[in-house]
Amino acid sequence: MEPLELISSSFEALGLNKTRTALATLGIIIGIAAVITLMSLGQASQRSVESQIQALGSNLLTVIPGSFRPGDFRSASGTATTLTLEDAHAIATSNKITGVKNVSVELQRRTAITAGRKSTNTAVVGVLPSYKEVRNVALESGNFISEADNRGQAKVAVLGPTVADDLFGENVNAVGKAVRINKVSFQVIGVMASKGGSGFGGNQDDTVLVPLSTAQKQLFGVTYIGSLSVEVADAKLMDTVRDQVGYLLLARHKIANAANADFSIFSQADLLSTVSQVTGTFTALLSGIAAISLLVGGIGIMNIMLVTVVERTREIGLRKALGATRKTVISQFLIESTILTIAGGIMGMILGIVLSFVISKLINLPFVLDFASVALAIGVSGGIGILFGWYPAQKAAKLQPIEALRYE
Amino acid sequence: MITVSHLGKIYRMDGTETVALSDVSFTVKKGEFVAIMGPSGSGKSTLMHILGALDTPTSGKYILDGQEISKLNDDELARIRNQKIGFVFQAFNLLPRTTAVKNVMLPMVYAGGPPTSRLQRARQALTDVGLADRMEHLSNQLSGGQQQRVAIARALVMNPAIILADEPTGNLATAQSAEIMAIFTKLNKTGHTIIMITHESEVAKYAKRIIHLKDGRIWNR
Ligand SMILES: Nc1ncnc2c1ncn2[C@@H]1O[C@H](COP(=O)(O)OP(=O)(O)OP(=O)(O)O)[C@@H](O)[C@H]1O
Ligand SMILES: [Mg+2]
Repeated sequence: MEPLELISSSFEALGLNKTRTALATLGIIIGIAAVITLMSLGQASQRSVESQIQALGSNLLTVIPGSFRPGDFRSASGTATTLTLEDAHAIATSNKITGVKNVSVELQRRTAITAGRKSTNTAVVGVLPSYKEVRNVALESGNFISEADNRGQAKVAVLGPTVADDLFGENVNAVGKAVRINKVSFQVIGVMASKGGSGFGGNQDDTVLVPLSTAQKQLFGVTYIGSLSVEVADAKLMDTVRDQVGYLLLARHKIANAANADFSIFSQADLLSTVSQVTGTFTALLSGIAAISLLVGGIGIMNIMLVTVVERTREIGLRKALGATRKTVISQFLIESTILTIAGGIMGMILGIVLSFVISKLINLPFVLDFASVALAIGVSGGIGILFGWYPAQKAAKLQPIEALRYE
Repeated sequence: MITVSHLGKIYRMDGTETVALSDVSFTVKKGEFVAIMGPSGSGKSTLMHILGALDTPTSGKYILDGQEISKLNDDELARIRNQKIGFVFQAFNLLPRTTAVKNVMLPMVYAGGPPTSRLQRARQALTDVGLADRMEHLSNQLSGGQQQRVAIARALVMNPAIILADEPTGNLATAQSAEIMAIFTKLNKTGHTIIMITHESEVAKYAKRIIHLKDGRIWNR
């Protein structure tokens, strides 16, 4: 019997019981849709976080106070107060450290900021002029904070585009206008260009930059800094500079044992790998759950096929009596179950793509469609058809014509 | 054409043995019309299934067209059934919800070959049994006699060496039985070899020779 005839006769057989055919495919549709959606969303969130980390600037080492290892959140940054501006100066000027291009510092707090009657709550960050280069800040209009601003504790602010829009409305130039931060009046001297970050913490568009000295003395009344960033001249020097900065800070803080360090240094790569690990585990977990639903769908197919074999015992007996070989009978049932699962796979894939598109738009994630996951869906659903159709097909092929014909 | 010698068939189920056939020997020549008669349970269907390559004997030899059938495996038997034997069942056994012409085409589907000539041959076979106007009817839209004629067309269409019929009129009314027997007589006149099981001596009259079975043995009176 020719392949094409087998396929068309399988379609005919499936068409004879449409409700059952639809129900059998439903399990596969749901399973494949779940796998595709979860894989796509997992990859999208991973990519989103990665692009945010990359947006921080390249070749960047970040030093934060307190001992913090990735995955250990007990002493998060901001609570410890062991880093100072002098540490940053020492790193920038030490002759024991080679390959440092720039050092910038930050002191960040969330505070209310108002302009007229409008007000918003955002991250106010005290920075040095070097911040602009270290963090790849581009300005949409106005100027960045200057050395003079920092020396004179000038009450000037550079707004992130989101803040500027919130306070002054879209398409209004905020430069020259006044804002109040912590009840202190500041003049807006610049607005940053959008970096287009998304909903996860640390969105640079939603920040306000002020001179570090102003932040320390006028706003928050502290002498320490929140974190410092070291821009390394060459990616190859990252590890060397990291060690050198570490030893320098240990010496400055008079700590003999590196295990007791009151600061932590990490690079983008560390962040990336931690985040990738976390989101990767999460994606794998979700995909695992989705795969179980796929397995259940496969068992559903097997169940339906077994019922079909029993129900069609007489027909199988007749076909064998008229000359159908074992191989033909096996092929027919395998093709039927594979048509079921591949049709379910294609429908589930379409559903999954639509779902992940809608969800990624709703929660403001990039829409990622991996060709591999689509190929996987089709391949897996076809495989399920063969795997779970195998046993029923064997059962059908083993029927003896006379006994099958006698079956009531 | 057909030679069976010392054929035996024993059914074994849950430890009990049923001897359905023992020491059955006979020959059927090309072009013969043979009826097999005997009381219920005498082994007629069992014999027919073995002749039809639907079942294998437990002992003895069966030679069809010079080929020893009793030694073949499943797939070889399937090929013999497809190529050499046209089987007409008492219960018609048509594919449900399938047109008459598709039912007749089924053996040709398993034989392979060009689909266009299949349709032609199927139409011809249906015309031969007087169903030219019922080709596209679904099997369940036909009367019993018409269904049996479709089954005969299906048995004919591969032009088999032999046509076997297990009580082909057993489920039919007398008028329809006569039509069916007329078809078999005509087929025999055009050279087909036919073996037919029947209960009714009315029907057996059409045959040129009668083999009597009793308790699984051939019985000569
Ligand atoms: N599959 C089977 N398993 C066990 N015993 C069987 C089987 N098929 C037939 N038999 C037994 O073999 C014997 C012969 O049966 P068979 O069907 O050949 O009779 P028959 O002559 O066709 O009868 P009838 O005229 O009623 O159709 C019977 O005793 C029957 O019970
Ligand atoms: Mg019988």
